[in-house]
Amino acid sequence: MTQENSILSEIEPEVVDRIAVGRREMFSRYAKMGGIVASAPLALALASNQAFGQSLPSQVVDVLNFALTLEYLEAAFYDQGNKSGVVPREYRAVFRTIGEHENAHVKLLKGVLGSASVAAPAVDFTAGGQYADVFENFETFRLLSQTFEDLGVAAYKGQAGNLMGSGAILTVALQIHSVEARHASEVRRIGLKYGWDSAFDKPLSKNAVLAAATPFLA
Amino acid sequence: MDSTSRLSRRHLLKWTGAAGTLAVAGAMLPNFGISAALAAELGDGDIGVLNYAYALEQLEAAFYTTVLQNPFGEMQVNDQRILTQIRDHEIAHRDFLKGALGRRAIPALEVDFSAVDFGSRRSVLGTAEVFENLGVAAYNGAGQLISNPDYLVAAGSIVSIEARHAAAITDLLRPFSAEAAGRGVVDRKGLDKALLPSQVLPAAAPFITTPVTAATLP
Repeated sequence: MTQENSILSEIEPEVVDRIAVGRREMFSRYAKMGGIVASAPLALALASNQAFGQSLPSQVVDVLNFALTLEYLEAAFYDQGNKSGVVPREYRAVFRTIGEHENAHVKLLKGVLGSASVAAPAVDFTAGGQYADVFENFETFRLLSQTFEDLGVAAYKGQAGNLMGSGAILTVALQIHSVEARHASEVRRIGLKYGWDSAFDKPLSKNAVLAAATPFLA
Repeated sequence: MDSTSRLSRRHLLKWTGAAGTLAVAGAMLPNFGISAALAAELGDGDIGVLNYAYALEQLEAAFYTTVLQNPFGEMQVNDQRILTQIRDHEIAHRDFLKGALGRRAIPALEVDFSAVDFGSRRSVLGTAEVFENLGVAAYNGAGQLISNPDYLVAAGSIVSIEARHAAAITDLLRPFSAEAAGRGVVDRKGLDKALLPSQVLPAAAPFITTPVTAATLP
């Protein structure tokens, strides 16, 4: 068996089933859209049994790798933060739960992408010293947590259009998107703020998200 | 359409009552001209999805309006401020969708909150939690039914606010808990729920007097 298949066997069978169903739906939907995207190579790729990362349209792979990069960043942030002791006792359950979700998102996206997954980036949560006390001062930690969660919400929203027609993959992205929003709301609440800015959350472009995230990538 | 006309007929028969009017009622029914006022068929495609969202936002807006008109006994300043903002958001969502739908919008729905004890903080916030989580799952499941990218982004801009509300309501019930960060609604793969209209509408039906049908939505 290929390496991709061994990676797939490690992720949850039901998720693989859902993605596989999504891939079939995507194929039929693309086929229905006629000449727009249903090129012969794509049709062959979608119909094959190769690993998902290779058979997904490159636009979908790009979106999922972009999402994976953000999830790596978040997972590393909570892994370090939860170990550091910066989180006061009364909030530990919240940040432990958020960290578990971010790690689950990494696992899920890596499972979908298989060998097409990008590697985890090197991180610097002090952003070159700008947030030097991030793992010592809870208010700094909380503020960065809120920033990452709000950024994640805006990033997934900004990419939803690029996943149209991908069936279950779009749905999975939406199911992550709303989890990030739950996190953002609770982290804001811990900072004695409202869980939102207004009645509508704004999307952010990939470039805008990367510009915000780059200071934390070493 | 079958269930719409059947429900309409039942209402009509109940309201007219006298046996002598039955023939008249029967004669009027086949053209469906009368059923629009008594029932709401969501419609096809993107219009159907937007009407579906509009129905749910009508329900939420009506609920929070009732909550704030009948404040429960122990309503603290914090409860009141958060519930007021959520009410205003739901009204903004409702009006946005109504505006987007224009003449294709379903009529205003009649609601039934007789199952809610508006004098009880627990009953009100527990119901709010159910509505918000149902809304999140509904938008998550409806995303892949949308064809117009602008509508997908609009739905995305609303769903993350619903998720933020859900976390804030849970935080009011169980402050700073893992549940407020999503544990219990988010599965171990880190995913929120996604439900189809055929799963959501029956859950909302006990609170909506007007029969709502979705003949062509899954």
